[in-house]
Amino acid sequence: MTGVLPIGLEESTKTVQAVLAGGKEYVGVMKLHGDVDFSRVVKAFKEFTGEIYQRPPLRSSVKRRIRTRTIYYVSVIEMDGRNVLFKVGCQSGTYIRKLIHDVGEVLGVGAHMAELRRTRAGPYTEDENLVRLQDLADAKAYLDEKGDESWLRKVILPVETSVALLPKVYVKDSAVEAICYGAHVAVPGISKLTSGINPGDLVAVMSLKGELVALARAEMSSQQIMEAERGIALKTERVILPKGLYPKTW
Amino acid sequence: MTYKKVAPPWEVERRLLVREEAETSDKYGIPPDKRPLKDHIRFGYVNLDKPAGPSSHEVTAWVKKILGVSHAGHGGTLETPPGVGETPL
Repeated sequence: MTGVLPIGLEESTKTVQAVLAGGKEYVGVMKLHGDVDFSRVVKAFKEFTGEIYQRPPLRSSVKRRIRTRTIYYVSVIEMDGRNVLFKVGCQSGTYIRKLIHDVGEVLGVGAHMAELRRTRAGPYTEDENLVRLQDLADAKAYLDEKGDESWLRKVILPVETSVALLPKVYVKDSAVEAICYGAHVAVPGISKLTSGINPGDLVAVMSLKGELVALARAEMSSQQIMEAERGIALKTERVILPKGLYPKTW
Repeated sequence: MTYKKVAPPWEVERRLLVREEAETSDKYGIPPDKRPLKDHIRFGYVNLDKPAGPSSHEVTAWVKKILGVSHAGHGGTLETPPGVGETPL
């Protein structure tokens, strides 16, 4: 199986949960074990849109209890005999091999997944900045041998790219350092924010320069943050920005 | 069959709301694209095109080795089918 595999380096491993929250998209080939009409295949796939139940397969790293996953969309792109090219957008942790097996069961003939390529993992897609292992090795050699860091800078993306799909709050310079020490995010320290924040949401706390300061859990909605004058708006969970870059104001 | 359509996270649109205008001083912090190379790597992500064959775990270990970093973590295992380039369980 090939495709988009975002890898967080050192401090960036803290934000992998933000990438997982962003869902996945795959393109693959299903191999039917019998002949089925195109229209029946399309209809069977459609039945798997929305919330589905899955028991993780034997070879999996999680506890094997039935759990629900959301399929945002799934469609048939093309069909040639018993080969079906499909596309699926889904929540992280959806087992595509299992999904395809289940579509085969619904069709009554059985099916298995022959090919799979991930075309998106959260904010990362195969259309932008996708690099091969060879590119990384070459970029590193270019630095080591020529002393030129420009290529390596291109193949490595800033940690901020990992939170691109999260709702955000932007905090004032005076509020940054306390958050770096683990303090929760109080309403008066917030300058800007995105709409659509609900209590319990994972939110990226940003500086006004666009640096990722921390990941936090919302205690208030966007509207409440706009209207409140004091109080804790978000509870800090993971601090990413190092201490000492912003002034201590306490 | 009835189902509720849920928009994928990448199609959610968000507006920017201003609670209180504020300026940021050049004296503090570093914009993400201006970090020294060492920090650019420590606070970096690689959008890797995973090759077929090796496991996600193996590929992540290679990235660590190539870049000489101490930790790396990937955003979701891309399974390797049984019998492809890995030791059978």
